Amino acid sequence: MAGIPHDHYEPKTRGEKWLHSRLPVIGLLYDTLMIPTPKNLNWMWIWGIVLTFTLALQIVTGIILVMHYTPHVDLAFSSVEHIMRDVNGGHMIRYFHMNGASLFFVAVYAHIFRGLYYGSYKAPREVTWIIGMLIYLLMMATGFLGYVLPWGQMSFHGTAVITGLFGAVPFIGDEIQTWLLGASAVGQPALNRFFSLHYLLPFIIAGLVMVHIWAFHSTGNNNPTGVEVRRTSKEDAAKDTLPFWPYFVIKDLFALAVILVVFMAIVGFMPNYLGHPDNYIPANPLATPSHIVPEWYFLPFYAILRAFTSDVWVVMFANWISFGIIDAKFFGVLAMFGAIIVIALAPWLDTSSVRSGRYRPMFKWWFALLVVDFVVLMWCGAMPAEPPYSIISLIGAAYWFAYFLVILPLLGVIEKPTAAPATIEDDFNAHYGKSSNKPAE
Amino acid sequence: MLRKLTLSAAVALGLAASGAQAAGDAHVEDFAFSFEGPFGSFDQMQLQRGLQIYTEVCSACHGLKHVRIGTLADEGGPALPEDQVRAYAERIEVFDAALDDYRAATPADKFPASGLAEAPDLSLMAKARAGFHGPYGTGLSQLFNGMGGAEYIASVLTGYADAPDCAPADFDGHYNTAFAAGGFPDSCKDEPGHHMVPGSWIGMGQPLYGDDVEYADGHDTDLHHEAQDVAAFLMWTAEPKMMARKTAGLTGVIMLTILSVLLYLTNKRLWAPHKAATKRED
Repeated sequence: MAGIPHDHYEPKTRGEKWLHSRLPVIGLLYDTLMIPTPKNLNWMWIWGIVLTFTLALQIVTGIILVMHYTPHVDLAFSSVEHIMRDVNGGHMIRYFHMNGASLFFVAVYAHIFRGLYYGSYKAPREVTWIIGMLIYLLMMATGFLGYVLPWGQMSFHGTAVITGLFGAVPFIGDEIQTWLLGASAVGQPALNRFFSLHYLLPFIIAGLVMVHIWAFHSTGNNNPTGVEVRRTSKEDAAKDTLPFWPYFVIKDLFALAVILVVFMAIVGFMPNYLGHPDNYIPANPLATPSHIVPEWYFLPFYAILRAFTSDVWVVMFANWISFGIIDAKFFGVLAMFGAIIVIALAPWLDTSSVRSGRYRPMFKWWFALLVVDFVVLMWCGAMPAEPPYSIISLIGAAYWFAYFLVILPLLGVIEKPTAAPATIEDDFNAHYGKSSNKPAE
Repeated sequence: MLRKLTLSAAVALGLAASGAQAAGDAHVEDFAFSFEGPFGSFDQMQLQRGLQIYTEVCSACHGLKHVRIGTLADEGGPALPEDQVRAYAERIEVFDAALDDYRAATPADKFPASGLAEAPDLSLMAKARAGFHGPYGTGLSQLFNGMGGAEYIASVLTGYADAPDCAPADFDGHYNTAFAAGGFPDSCKDEPGHHMVPGSWIGMGQPLYGDDVEYADGHDTDLHHEAQDVAAFLMWTAEPKMMARKTAGLTGVIMLTILSVLLYLTNKRLWAPHKAATKRED
């Protein structure tokens, strides 16, 4: 591991030396586990462990569910009921998996907004950020594919709506939709390939997670001050950091345990609260549910998708300038994907040289508004697409883009940041009542 | 920061369910059931009474194709004695593909599917519908009491009423104040198209009137009690492992809470020398 200077693994016994000269696997594990970690990390730095745990939970429960599930349009729904009724512990395994998806997204949104506030996306961590966004996209794809598998009413009609988004692409939209579904409509080919991909993608996510960890282990963690760990010498680095094991492992496990108390209560006492009752009705192509609502974690982007109707002036302008190629539906699709892409571009849109939002007096408020905006969009996404929700969605969507495309670039120029501490050690000591000018130790 | 995000997550939890509310205005009554809430449990006698109503009334048209007859003996369910379950099964005829003929059912068989094409299967009805969304549309009742499918079923069964005057006399179906998804005459809508009366017209004729069955345990057989009994039974058919799930949930919450406390203390002790280095110097 490049980066912060620290002690490395030294093989001592003959056996260790033998292995180390052939495959330094213990050294790799040692360096990963003992990585110097900024000692001032706060409680928003626990989501990585929560996410890693959830990925493992989803893969383990998923592998067991696959043993009992049948990806066939006539059998899928009853095979899920078979899991719920006849498989030992099947109802718990399925409810863990079902609500595990929600835990995954609660954690990933907290993780992303943490990064946005503390400037974790800024140089030199852009690659970590981009890989993180790829993981997030794959998570959304996996979540959607998995929701199709029980083959209930929402599964079926949700698939029709989401693949229909690709149908909005000009000229080749219908071909793309047919290619995705493997047929002209949602049916057996779609269920089979969605099942296959739902099993595949988590392992790609797992691979990307390793690269994500590798990336930020190379650059070192960001921290609430955004001030880098001193790398001048091992002694200086040691004043700013503590090893990941045991300090951060125990801290993160404590946070994970608290979160799992809430998770366990949801699974045990209200496992269907976050779901939609319609998905307990077997899929019926002939009866469309009155409201097709995606899972809660898609709602903010679903609201952005629906916000741009044909009577919005930007949509009319885009339609006119593109000679009618970009209609309202396609514009909505572009906006939805654009809303995710702008997050990925944050490292290049943010012009401020100060990393942490803690020392950016104006940024703080715009960021808080972004969090509120996200929640409001989520609420609008669950509501019918009619006034006043459509107008609120449009305002929310406009702010979302304005934050990334206008406010972030401008703030760096006009904002006067406050003074950040010189070192992480100073920040840590200031927080825990040790005066910084005293000699350490 | 943390508070902000947990708050937004909590709001998100609350919002997710709000989408579950059906279109149109229908009156779902907030029935109290013994199995509501984290500590609620099925009332075994009520499930048995509900089974009786299902058998004597509902099963004429509706089926329970996902429910195995033998599970009527399960703990945490109706918990009928084994011999009663066997006797119950023998009265049901099922089609055996191997014999290519009908035969008497055994506990290993599932309940028959619906006999009438337009009568939906009832196995999962109590999870496929949401109930009382209050108070004031906040969804708090669903958060604490469950999604309320049983409330919805009982409300529909007790929701039959004389058709309002605005409707034409020959309008198709039966007026029901709790049923939102049925036909609705234009003459009962106002200018902007809003419904002036709650509910809609349901295809199913009123199945229960009160005193439809005679309970062995001498329980009341008025319409409200009958509707609640069969709704509770259908909650069990939809979620037969509910008792096991809540027990597992409670055990999990307690164990994880203990683990949290232990990890908190470990963490505190682990960090203490680094956080209070000056104090130790003094």
